[in-house]
Amino acid sequence: MAPDGWFRRKGNAAGKAARKHLDALPDGLWTKCPKCGEILFSKELEKNLKVCSKCSYHFKLGAVERLAIMVDEGSFVETDAGLVTINHLSFPDYESKLAKGCANSGLNDGMVSGTASIGGHSVVICVADFGFMGGSMGSVYGEKISRAFERGIETGSPVIIVNTSGGARMQEGLVSLMQMAKTSAAAAKFGRTGLMYISILTDPTMAGVHASFAMLADIIIAEPGALIGFAGQRVAAQAQVIKPPQGFQLAEFQLEHGMVDMVLPRRDMKDTLAKILAMGARR
Amino acid sequence: MALNVLDLEKPIAELDKNIAALKTVSEEEGVDRSVEIAELESQRDNLISQIFANLSAWDKTLIARHPSRPYTLDYIRAIFDDFIELHGDRLFADDKAIVGGFASLSGRPVMIVGHQKGRDLKERQYRNFGSAKPEGYRKALRLMKMAEKLGIPIISFIDTPAADCSFGSEERGISEAIARNMYEMSMLTVPVVVVVIGEGGSGGAIGLAVGNRILMLEHSVYSVIPPESCAAIIWRDPTKGPQAAECLKITAQHALENGLIDEIIPEPLGGAHRNYDAAAASLKAAVIRNLEELSELSAEDYAKDRYAKFRNMGIFGTEPQE
Repeated sequence: MAPDGWFRRKGNAAGKAARKHLDALPDGLWTKCPKCGEILFSKELEKNLKVCSKCSYHFKLGAVERLAIMVDEGSFVETDAGLVTINHLSFPDYESKLAKGCANSGLNDGMVSGTASIGGHSVVICVADFGFMGGSMGSVYGEKISRAFERGIETGSPVIIVNTSGGARMQEGLVSLMQMAKTSAAAAKFGRTGLMYISILTDPTMAGVHASFAMLADIIIAEPGALIGFAGQRVAAQAQVIKPPQGFQLAEFQLEHGMVDMVLPRRDMKDTLAKILAMGARR
Repeated sequence: MALNVLDLEKPIAELDKNIAALKTVSEEEGVDRSVEIAELESQRDNLISQIFANLSAWDKTLIARHPSRPYTLDYIRAIFDDFIELHGDRLFADDKAIVGGFASLSGRPVMIVGHQKGRDLKERQYRNFGSAKPEGYRKALRLMKMAEKLGIPIISFIDTPAADCSFGSEERGISEAIARNMYEMSMLTVPVVVVVIGEGGSGGAIGLAVGNRILMLEHSVYSVIPPESCAAIIWRDPTKGPQAAECLKITAQHALENGLIDEIIPEPLGGAHRNYDAAAASLKAAVIRNLEELSELSAEDYAKDRYAKFRNMGIFGTEPQE
């Protein structure tokens, strides 16, 4: 045990030193790829839609960043921004987590909804932000999704949802679980209108969101390497599942098993969406 | 017997033992001890009332998971006639963690679906501990769609720790199966009555629980996440389940307070496991009454009613927008 411990500590020290070195650089000039470790010039990374130029790792995008690269410039109009969370169970530390989520993401919930156009096609669009409490779904989140489907019905627009979520938000208890049923029912209502629903699964899309509206779309698109699945890894480990094979729950695994229509690199997303929307436009 | 006694039930079990002993003695010796027995029984019942008046959320969790608690098939046997079990999802397999089929409820045909747990180790494994796989949800959906076609009401029994999260279930799309069930259940044109009889375990439960009426047995629980998993995530300590159960407010009483269920079905003194027949009678009366109330709606109204019910679930505020 002892030698092992020594090595580990040494490794950490080396890592710390490297981080110090990075910290010494002008703020945000360089970004390290979490997958391959490549040090990337931040401006180049931005230009490359936050995809590592060496290993194609797709960095997580905030909702605002995502919208900026996905919809026609200046077309996004936010809706339902005034919905706010209530800690109705007085769940411990919920307020502080919400405050942290706001600070992290600049949003007041993990779901942003609105209307926009993509390649000239009007859509109702929802974009999740993992920076806000892991994109977890509580009452506000579920309400925004449900209203988005209803807005799609009213305006006769397709609905696009860009997902990233750790699952239902346990701090809201049972009402969070009910958001799964509520959003799925809304998807069903929308599904009867003859309008198209496209779901985009980004890293990670798990549990309560994956097991509800995210999997109920006409077209499901995954980003490369995204973790997509039902059981979160900590929960699965607790359930003592046998060690899963490599690549388990990744986008490519889901494609192989017929659960998504395509795995699409970020740079192709907007154009492909525009083409799909053209196919699905009501005649 | 002693194996299946919760810590909180130990004082009750002690009295039960004394009563049983007294009865044996009085039988063997032919002595009338009925006064003493009655005295002890009333003592025991008082004790049960006391203990059960102060149950914590965790106590309720343990009772909901009680190894002697009646399961779906127990209720089916006690409440319905002519149960005809139907098997398989027609796609992959027959999941033993969900049972379903036709039955007759006071002379009227119904379709039953429900999670099924096992009693002993062998049976528990056979039933996968009540954790259903995609094929279970797909079987249930097949049966519910059949019920819709035939215009038969659906009764869904919920009793699962969680959906199965094994490798195979992920491969076959457990998320899709659960999502699809909620999607389709929301649109069914027949009445759906859901009864949480034990554990309402997160996604595994909601995949069978989109009904016009949601009823919960008095000592059942319904939660977005198992308390142990919640504790593992928040405190990185799965042994803090009792605290998590308290925070999550997973009892039937809380669910009713928050308007997420319609009714609590009373259980016999000391919990359903102490008197199957009384529990079944209580459940049967509630289901029949709810079905009767629902029979006033028309076919399209069932879907509308269900939509409105779930659409209203959500607790949030609204800030004025500039």
